[in-house]
Amino acid sequence: MARQLMKGNVAIAEAALRAGLEAYFGYPITPQTELLEYLAQRMPELGRVFLQAESEIAAINMVYGAACAGARTMTSSSGPGMSLMQEGLSYIAGSDIPAVVVDVMRGGPGLGNIQPSQSDYFQVTRSAGHGDYHPIVLAPGSVQEAVDLTVLAFDLADHYRHLVILAADGLIGQMMEPCELPPMRPLPSSKPDYALTGAKDRPARRIASLYLKPEDGEAHNRKIQARLAQIRESEQRSVEHFTEDADFLVIGYGSAGRIAYSAVEAARAQGLRAGLFRPISLYPFPDIRLSQLLAQVEGCLVVEMNAGQMLEDVRLAAGHDLPVAFYGRMGGMVPTTEDVLSALKSAYSEFVAESAPVVGKVKG
Amino acid sequence: MSPIPMVPPAMEPVYQHPLALADVHTTYCPGCTHGIAHRLIAEAIDELGLRERAILVAPVGCAVFSYEYFNMDGCEAPHGRAPAMATGIKRCQPDQIVMTYQGDGDLASIGIGEAIHAASRAEPITIIFVNNAIYGMTGGQMAPTTLAGQKTTSSPAGRAIPIPGQPLHISELLAGLPGSAYVVRRSLHDAANIRKAKKAIVTALKVQMAGLGFSLVELLSSCPTNWGMTPPQALDWIKTNMLPIYPVGDYKIVEAAKQL
Ligand SMILES: Cc1ncc(C[n+]2csc(CCOP(=O)(O)OP(=O)(O)O)c2C)c(N)n1
Ligand code: SF4
Repeated sequence: MARQLMKGNVAIAEAALRAGLEAYFGYPITPQTELLEYLAQRMPELGRVFLQAESEIAAINMVYGAACAGARTMTSSSGPGMSLMQEGLSYIAGSDIPAVVVDVMRGGPGLGNIQPSQSDYFQVTRSAGHGDYHPIVLAPGSVQEAVDLTVLAFDLADHYRHLVILAADGLIGQMMEPCELPPMRPLPSSKPDYALTGAKDRPARRIASLYLKPEDGEAHNRKIQARLAQIRESEQRSVEHFTEDADFLVIGYGSAGRIAYSAVEAARAQGLRAGLFRPISLYPFPDIRLSQLLAQVEGCLVVEMNAGQMLEDVRLAAGHDLPVAFYGRMGGMVPTTEDVLSALKSAYSEFVAESAPVVGKVKG
Repeated sequence: MSPIPMVPPAMEPVYQHPLALADVHTTYCPGCTHGIAHRLIAEAIDELGLRERAILVAPVGCAVFSYEYFNMDGCEAPHGRAPAMATGIKRCQPDQIVMTYQGDGDLASIGIGEAIHAASRAEPITIIFVNNAIYGMTGGQMAPTTLAGQKTTSSPAGRAIPIPGQPLHISELLAGLPGSAYVVRRSLHDAANIRKAKKAIVTALKVQMAGLGFSLVELLSSCPTNWGMTPPQALDWIKTNMLPIYPVGDYKIVEAAKQL
């Protein structure tokens, strides 16, 4: 299929409906709104459900209802709206049903601003709501990746019957890039076996997250944890550049990862053996591969558009011995390549004893 | 004197367990009218032949397990959000019958936004709204529907109007919205009123079947446990104290619904 120039939010919306989105519920909030507006047009054209909810609280509970009805369903939001959705996200997770949520992250805390940010990393990866669970979280670094990960989000949600959050930052949502869209999938001809469709010719089905007896509650939690263990084993995703001979690693995801790529490229041109590791899945955090790379380098630098949130996951992977530096911008500020390069160079000179010169060309 | 017949004459069943009511023990207190409300719903579902098409959204409150008490598909919403969940279900399956069952804390307090917007969108769902003027499940705190002067664990001196304001009249409020097709209040305090309540539930479901819009039946109910009364005293309290403040009646019946 031909590549076309698309805005991130619109590309995510189109990818979602091509992946089989049957019901969308949402509430306007910048920098996510084009996603809702686009679906307001497209979903009715296709005879599918679009409804602007009265709030994000209502939107996520409409998603919960649609998921109970066995539909592929989604909502999208940003910072304050994500905060309002927390209870509903937890109920969905506690009910073992699939749903997809897009968080186009903006500056916080509070009303913050509408500039790009990655300040919801803790919120989305650490549970997104009360209780003991994690959603699967995917972080695109380009419009094309946003398209691909949107499709993957639906497939993972269905496969694991689990909540999936696409954590895009405001830059990904707002920028225009060429991308190739997936083919339009036909909608499924039958409903999944948990769907509440009316108890015709079968026993009644129930969907709830309520386990009154602590023994039952623990058993249900163990089931969720077993699923998460499998997800941690099978669904770690990341990309890397210049890592073959790297003695120093830069780690960043989403837009920060992209900016870090430019900085690493510039560092290479100046003879530093820097490599880049860009997590795609924020949960599960790709610590299997990261640990291997960290064992090979003498230090690393984490770059984020927040005060240092993924930093904690990197420190866990790095253990006590490896020095970890951090460069972050907050409140909607986007780091420049020069900013990251200078942070990289200073950490590099501090951590790397004496670097052998770069020989030949290492594939990016 | 005629001899006692050895074989009883063929008998007409005058009572049967409704098919739509699951054969399980409930968590309701003895004498609580939640049980009556459940039975009426199940009878209405059976009479209209809706069991295989119906989906019930349970609330957070004493009826939190109601999805287990009906022999039909069901789910359990976060506190107050049942109308939003029901909207999601109904929009995806317009031919199914979707109902919520909500207490006054659930609907009139934390979930009033979802209830108003569902009514305003003329969402073709049916809400059974159980008004017992108190938070039952959490142990008898004040609800928006608690009467002036009524003692609860969070209004120990009686509801003092200047502080929480006047009791909230949900049927009157929702009847005012153009999307409402059928909004009525009934009471469960005696047999005659229970019969009327049943009829209203049947009509509300017919309104949904006919796609006429939003329907709600408010049921004045008792909470003997948290009111600190015996079940008969509690029924009497509905009659003497609740009925004057919450009169039973038809608050909105659109023309098309009158033909049903
Ligand atoms: C978000 C949230 N807040 C508070 C609660 C605690 N809670 C459980 S039931 C309830 C009140 C229910 O009262 P009502 O709706 O009147 O139903 P009843 O128990 O009287 O039938 C509350 C406040 C909760 N479960 N979730
Ligand atoms: S606490 Fe009140 S409302 Fe709840 S089951 Fe008991 S009597 Fe009924």
